[in-house]
Amino acid sequence: MSEKIIEVKDLVKKFGNFVANDHLTFDVNRGEIFGFLGANGAGKTTAIKILTGLSKPTSGDVQVAGVNVSKYPERVKKKIGYMNQSFSLYDDMTVRENFRFYGGIYGLSKAEIKERTKHFLTKLNMEAYGNRMLKSIPLGWKQKLAFSVANIHNPGVIFLDEPTGGVDPITRRQFWELIYEAADRGTTVFVTTHYMDEAEYCERVCILSEGKIKALDTPVKLKQDFNTTNMNDVFLKLARNVE
Amino acid sequence: MWTFIKKEFFHIFRDYRSMIILFGIPVIQVLLFGFAITNDVNNAKVAVLDHSKDPVTREITQKILSSNYFQLQQYLKSDNEIKPAFRKGNIKEVIVFEPHFAQKLNTEGKAHIQLILDATNPNTASILNNYTNGIINTYTLEKMKKENKLPTELNIHTTMMYNPELKSAFMFVPGIMTVILMLVSAMMTSISITREKELGTMEALLVSPVKPQVIILGKVTPYVALSSVIFVIIVALSRFVFGMPIRGSLLLLFGESLLFLIMALSLGILISTVSKSQQQAMLLSMFVLMMPTILLSGFIFPIENMPLFLQYLSDLMPGKWFIIIIKNIMLKGNGIEYFWKDTIIIIVMTLFFLGVSIKKFNVRLEPSSKKK
Repeated sequence: MSEKIIEVKDLVKKFGNFVANDHLTFDVNRGEIFGFLGANGAGKTTAIKILTGLSKPTSGDVQVAGVNVSKYPERVKKKIGYMNQSFSLYDDMTVRENFRFYGGIYGLSKAEIKERTKHFLTKLNMEAYGNRMLKSIPLGWKQKLAFSVANIHNPGVIFLDEPTGGVDPITRRQFWELIYEAADRGTTVFVTTHYMDEAEYCERVCILSEGKIKALDTPVKLKQDFNTTNMNDVFLKLARNVE
Repeated sequence: MWTFIKKEFFHIFRDYRSMIILFGIPVIQVLLFGFAITNDVNNAKVAVLDHSKDPVTREITQKILSSNYFQLQQYLKSDNEIKPAFRKGNIKEVIVFEPHFAQKLNTEGKAHIQLILDATNPNTASILNNYTNGIINTYTLEKMKKENKLPTELNIHTTMMYNPELKSAFMFVPGIMTVILMLVSAMMTSISITREKELGTMEALLVSPVKPQVIILGKVTPYVALSSVIFVIIVALSRFVFGMPIRGSLLLLFGESLLFLIMALSLGILISTVSKSQQQAMLLSMFVLMMPTILLSGFIFPIENMPLFLQYLSDLMPGKWFIIIIKNIMLKGNGIEYFWKDTIIIIVMTLFFLGVSIKKFNVRLEPSSKKK
């Protein structure tokens, strides 16, 4: 077994009487693509907020990249990248300015930012678009840019909170190629989604329902266990058990 | 830090519509308030019903009409014409002289003038009444003097301190400054912060290693700069368009205004922490800040005339203290020794708002994570 980069033990998060995360325990290995699945309201976003230090757990132990997140949320922030559904890019700035801004936030030097920007634009075949305003760029490209921007500081772990919302399957496929590349370089990818086809791309998936972990394994194993051919059925069977 | 400020300026300058609003509103408001909203009465239309038509009534009519306040609309011929004349609407006052006016004045020593006023606007009506009375009194005194009937002579010398021409602009400009600074600073910051919340970029910023205080500071600094520019524009307009004097220290005026700006900005941050969308932030700024500032700060309605409860409430309006300070500096030419108390009140308010918003900003991530 390889080195663990995320370790979560008995994580509980309550909002008043509502239990959003109910004793979650799981590990993520370095370089793994870890899928976090669940319907809306299952507690995915709550968990990701705790992992990224935005929110404090009610109880439990959370280690990310060797840092106790609930104790030192500031320390973990330098080691992680984050991208959410809305891409977190600024529409009224150019592509380059967006890179420069986020590079600056993560404390990169001017030369580093320049070099990284060039690297990403070349990789995405977008050199010609560097000085275009972001609002004039198609959604699928924006998404790839957002992923690159979240990677600008070479984080050990990158958290993607429903990164592929609202784009077509082909664009989604291309986006996943980027994710694979990042994982090949050793970046751990923690991704939440409710698209079951995406779940198939993950090395391991964790299915969440009503704040509890219902299943956690490789997609192949899960399909075997539930005796189906695709993840969608796994999910439906789990959901039925709940009802 | 600098990265943030630069980014914020991108947002501001690339959104040309907000730019127009940002700089257009203050200019238009100052001009509108300065010119349109005025208590001064000029060229009020009057009608004269002279039953006597003798040299005395003609002289008095002449005196009244030769002042700038009145303008003759028509001569009426009978009492029946009074009501229709008012109904037409443009006549504000009718002056009625009784029959045999001069004759009665000579024989009986007294005669009657009746003033009938349109009091749909009570303020204008009472001002016109006072003007007319004043003119008639002066006439009587002069006449008595000429005829040596005056037993003792009482001379009244009135001096209108700080605003000898009684210009309303002098009263309104400090108020407009306050309202505009409040509007621009509080509204703009609260909108720009909630916009990042709406776009989801705020989340990305909070996940980054940058401290929340730096994020906020970076967002607010450009607005301090902008509001200062706007403030200079307002001061210049009031100085050169309305002839508003700046008798005190210009530096002190800017210092106090900067303080007030920071107070308004921290209010803006506070609003942004409690509102979820840009619209909400805008409405909150409008209703929580604008209306009370306009109504309760002494900008239009004198605080002394309010019910006691509202007087206490007005003490909570930062605008009230700022208006006092501006009037002290611009009109009276006073130094800080006259309004250090008001300054301290604003400082305390600023610290309070800042403290609350920092606290709110830190905890507000928690409940918002409940949405999914």
